[in-house]
Amino acid sequence: MGDDHALDIADLNHWFGAGEAQKQALFDIDLEIDRGSLTVLVGPSGSGKTTLLTLVGCLREVQEGSVMLLGHQLHVAKPAQQIALRRRLGFIFQAHNLHGSLTALQNVLMGLQVHGATDQDTQMSAARHMLTLLGLGDRIDYFPANLSGGQKQRVAVARALVGNPDIVFADEPTAALDRESGMTVVKMLKQLGQVRGTTTVMVTHDNRILEMADRIITLEDGRIVNDTSK
Amino acid sequence: MSRFLQALFGRLPIGWFQLTHSRTRFAAALSGVAFANVLVFVQLGIMLSMATATLKPYSFFQADIMISATDANALTEGGNVARQWMFQAMADPEVVAGTGLFIGNIAWQRGGKTLGLTTYGVDPAQPAFLGAAMAPYARTLQLPNAGIVDRFSRGLPQEIAAAIRPQSPSSFEASGTQLTLYDTFAGGGGFGGDGYMLVSDQTFLALFPARRSGAPDHILLRIAAGADPVVVSARLRDLVSDKSLRIRSYGDAAQEELTYQQTKRPTGIIFGFGVIIGILVGLVIVYQVLSTDVAEHLSEYATFKAMGYGQGFFLSIVLEEALILGVLGFIPGFAVANLLLIGMAKATTLPIEMTFGMAVYVFVGTVVACSLSGAIATRRLVAADPADLF
Ligand SMILES: Nc1ncnc2c1ncn2[C@@H]1O[C@H](COP(=O)(O)OP(=O)(O)O)[C@@H](O)[C@H]1O
Ligand SMILES: [Mg+2]
Repeated sequence: MGDDHALDIADLNHWFGAGEAQKQALFDIDLEIDRGSLTVLVGPSGSGKTTLLTLVGCLREVQEGSVMLLGHQLHVAKPAQQIALRRRLGFIFQAHNLHGSLTALQNVLMGLQVHGATDQDTQMSAARHMLTLLGLGDRIDYFPANLSGGQKQRVAVARALVGNPDIVFADEPTAALDRESGMTVVKMLKQLGQVRGTTTVMVTHDNRILEMADRIITLEDGRIVNDTSK
Repeated sequence: MSRFLQALFGRLPIGWFQLTHSRTRFAAALSGVAFANVLVFVQLGIMLSMATATLKPYSFFQADIMISATDANALTEGGNVARQWMFQAMADPEVVAGTGLFIGNIAWQRGGKTLGLTTYGVDPAQPAFLGAAMAPYARTLQLPNAGIVDRFSRGLPQEIAAAIRPQSPSSFEASGTQLTLYDTFAGGGGFGGDGYMLVSDQTFLALFPARRSGAPDHILLRIAAGADPVVVSARLRDLVSDKSLRIRSYGDAAQEELTYQQTKRPTGIIFGFGVIIGILVGLVIVYQVLSTDVAEHLSEYATFKAMGYGQGFFLSIVLEEALILGVLGFIPGFAVANLLLIGMAKATTLPIEMTFGMAVYVFVGTVVACSLSGAIATRRLVAADPADLF
């Protein structure tokens, strides 16, 4: 493993529940993901894609095996280190999870203020710029309740990307996006990978996105059954 | 407001946005805090007025040491004190003067109404024992069956009180004696009677034929300039043969009665409880509002956790909300309480008022109580698990 790996996963196993009801969701996952790459995870529902994403995204505790995220071993990371690592990640959830009391612009600002609220003017214009890039320039002061599903999801994308994350994790983000803005987002991620070295790991079944992926990993019943790089 | 909070917290004032997003709930929360404030203010106002009313009669007189019966927890309570102990006390070289203080209740029948006057009998030939406000009436009180009455007595119309002047005195009969009121003074209704009256010891004995001049309710002493009443009191406790007597400095006696009224008498205890209940109501309301707010925003908070926000951030949001509720709830609470206290003072003639100290106490208490509720409410944040978001 070297500096060119954003993620280094070895012998990762994960279980849910305890005792009789215990059920293994991931089996012996071994995986290295290059910096700046766009990796797509596919597989049937219940195959463990989301579980894998939350484990490597520092949102769920590693039970067994090793996950090196941006050079940090996750199962030994202290809470403060975990928080610091999360700040270097961008999450795009299936549900947009926008804060209902904040406007589109304020929601995006939250993605910046996690790094400190210094220089608010710069942060404001960065947030505005990101929303404009995603076609929401005329919606920046709208509350989520007054935005369509696709618009909300684009705000969530802007929030995830505005802080220049090292890795973006996205779980079926295009489900709520119309095809056009779905492609805009993926093109943006692809470009960020080339220009800034942003790594993207995305769960999706959208064929057009699969065509743009550098690598497609297929999960089935908690195991990697196919791994194709282009 | 949001700009001010942004500057204060150095981040987006999310607490403010969250609270004001639902206006009706925000209004309800603020009225809850205001209500608790009103409750505390009213109880405090009554408690403070009780203190003022308790100490008021002490200001009618001037003394350094008071000798009372063992069961005299208040001026108006307890048995008599034989005057021989006064003479014994005066043997002390630093005791320069002594007098008896008589206390009784006189009913003043005015038309259909009866005014209960707490009546004090003192020796007008010793004006040194009268307080500054009373001293000018020493000569008047030497007239036979003369009295001066509290112009703020409950049930005594202002214009009637104003008409009682030396040139136009007012008379009434009490226990077979024709009493003449020559003037009025500023007393102010107490919790005991409707008002106060001051008469000479001779008049008092005429009004209360059962009482004896040799057995007043209390004995007041003056001591030499520069002497310490506490030290002299201690000496007198040795000197006076009746060891059951309470011999205290006049100031201590007043303070002890205040403590007694506030902590031993039912009225004092009830109003003390009122303050505690007000505080509890406020705590519960604010906790309820804030913990509901946290519960409703769990997925948003989980998202913030996933983004890398730490525990301190969430604590500061909830404290921000607590501060907003405390400060903005206080303003209407203070305004309403002010009106209520003014109304109550009018209705009861008790010295009830909003004081600066009360306002500061209640304000600080509100902010502290709100922050406390907020801090407890953040315990619910533990349930915000970012792993549940996908
Ligand atoms: N929080 C959970 N508690 C118990 N079982 C879970 C939980 N999350 C996922 N699982 C189980 O783990 C397996 C993998 O689920 P998931 O990672 O969500 O799959 P996918 O995202 O590929 O649809 C499924 O069998 C699912 O039922
Ligand atoms: Mg899933």
